[in-house]
Amino acid sequence: MATVADVKVRTGRRSELGLLGLAVAVAVLARGLVDYHADFLELDELALYAAAWCGVALVIHLAIRRWAPFADPVLVPAVLALNGIGLAMIRRIDFAYANRGRDTDFGQVQEVWTILGIVLALLVILLLRDYRLLRRFTYTAGVLGLIGLLLPLVPGLGTEINGAKIWISVFGRSLQPAEFAKIAFVVFFAGFLVTNRDTLALAGPKVLGMRFPRPRDMGPLALVWVAAMLVQIYERDLGTSLLLFGIFVAMLYVATERLSWVLVGLGMFGFGAVLAGTLFSHVQVRYTAWLHALDREVYSSGTSEQLVRGLFGMANGGLFGTGLGEGRPDLVPYAESDFIVASLGEELGLTGLMAILTLYVIIVQRAMRTAIGTRHGFGKLLAAGLGFAIALQVFIVVGGVTRVIPLTGLTTPFLAYGGSSMLANWMIIGLLLRLSDQARRPEEVAA
Amino acid sequence: MSQLSITLLRMGFLVLLWALVLSAIAVLRADLYGTRITARGRGRESRRDTEARAEKTASPSRAATGIRTGSISTREPSAGHLAVTGGPLKGTTIPLGGAPILVGRASTCTLVIDDDYCSAKHCRIYLEGDRWMVEDLGSTNGTFLGNQKVTDPVPFRTGDVVRIGATALELRG
Repeated sequence: MATVADVKVRTGRRSELGLLGLAVAVAVLARGLVDYHADFLELDELALYAAAWCGVALVIHLAIRRWAPFADPVLVPAVLALNGIGLAMIRRIDFAYANRGRDTDFGQVQEVWTILGIVLALLVILLLRDYRLLRRFTYTAGVLGLIGLLLPLVPGLGTEINGAKIWISVFGRSLQPAEFAKIAFVVFFAGFLVTNRDTLALAGPKVLGMRFPRPRDMGPLALVWVAAMLVQIYERDLGTSLLLFGIFVAMLYVATERLSWVLVGLGMFGFGAVLAGTLFSHVQVRYTAWLHALDREVYSSGTSEQLVRGLFGMANGGLFGTGLGEGRPDLVPYAESDFIVASLGEELGLTGLMAILTLYVIIVQRAMRTAIGTRHGFGKLLAAGLGFAIALQVFIVVGGVTRVIPLTGLTTPFLAYGGSSMLANWMIIGLLLRLSDQARRPEEVAA
Repeated sequence: MSQLSITLLRMGFLVLLWALVLSAIAVLRADLYGTRITARGRGRESRRDTEARAEKTASPSRAATGIRTGSISTREPSAGHLAVTGGPLKGTTIPLGGAPILVGRASTCTLVIDDDYCSAKHCRIYLEGDRWMVEDLGSTNGTFLGNQKVTDPVPFRTGDVVRIGATALELRG
């Protein structure tokens, strides 16, 4: 434990403007390269695109200056850069599909989702003037989260796509309510843990110098574990169950500072994973595709085909990539959503992919820094939980695509094609901006 | 465009991407290096040394008389115990270690107060760095530090009085 004392408070709004300029340049150059290699480059249209990006960046900047003047200066530029790269890549994959006679408009749809996401984040900043308000809705958030998880199971409303029942169809569009449930659960965990953390931290027998929790305090952990397992079984959605359980264990650790909770959590997850692997064939298939991806029979049966094609794509990219628009990312199924990391790895190479991952690290680091800076226990847990939500999601997706862990279906935040993910993640950024604004605000102003 | 300019643009994009990443880190540099981090244990020990030294110069005869000074005998120089100075539990003291103290009506609390105006989990007194802080846990009737209602965690100094219903708590050295 250590005490962190700030030396000076700087709002950093000017640095933010500079970084936003760079982020817009990244987004526009990416689009220019994609258009050029697709023989589609029209400078007028590119200028219009650049103007639109400048406008969006400026609106966000002014809104933050007005409503959250002390918010973190690095968050929005990092997210906008990721978003811009994602949009260019999806557009590039549209072109590649068009060459093969498949008409898609993922790029345009994603642009609309991006705008809606930004509007949502700004609405969060505008309407939620004090994050402590959320604490009143602790249990409401918990119930909403559960409803969100269960919605796809409602007959008539839920739709099954590719064997996973995680979508609901609203107004002809499919939405993934689990993405929003994630935020509700973080609010619930934060509110729950801030009142109960002392019982969870201090009571219980000591084994090997570590204090283990009492069985009756394990209730909430067990409940979340069961919920995560049920999601895995009924909706066949490994990614979401892993994400929710991971967020909860991480937040428990942050709240109690007890390593034993992490060990208990990992043990429970390991047990669940092995159990699911032996009981359910669809989980078993994932494990085989992961462990024996390059075996001839596994590949030819089709279970590991997508994963292996993604790996070949990244290998083709090498250190510096084939260049935006010059690779063949469309050879991987779902190159625009689940496998956008492989597409980016191919065209931007290891160098580009590392830059992208560093941007995620920066976003998560800002969330953790906000958690340290916030004085209120609820705010600490909320910021840390939201940070972990992004970090775990990136780890699960990138780990799956690069064959570190079994492949599970989750979207890469801000990059992958998908409306619910875009809206939910921009909402997280809105919350983090509000949290960091209140954490960095000098005390004289707050009083 | 020639092959050379295409290659340059391709590399230029990666350079631009890294320029963004590195300048973001540069903006954060003030945040990473601009903070003063004091390890909890060391800061306390060094202060204990200086306090002990000040004690010695002020009254050198104390050691000779055999009276143990507080700064040497207590483990926490900032606060020794929490005393209940009003209400049903008047006279109770709780020695303070590093562990947080939970005050409320629930039996799981460290200090259980049987008072209608006290919530099940009322407030929390905890060590942050080397300061004790008091935080309200969303109680119905509120926690008061002096005359101020506690919402955010506030520092709880020696001699301050925290009121919960009829109960008054004081931090003693």
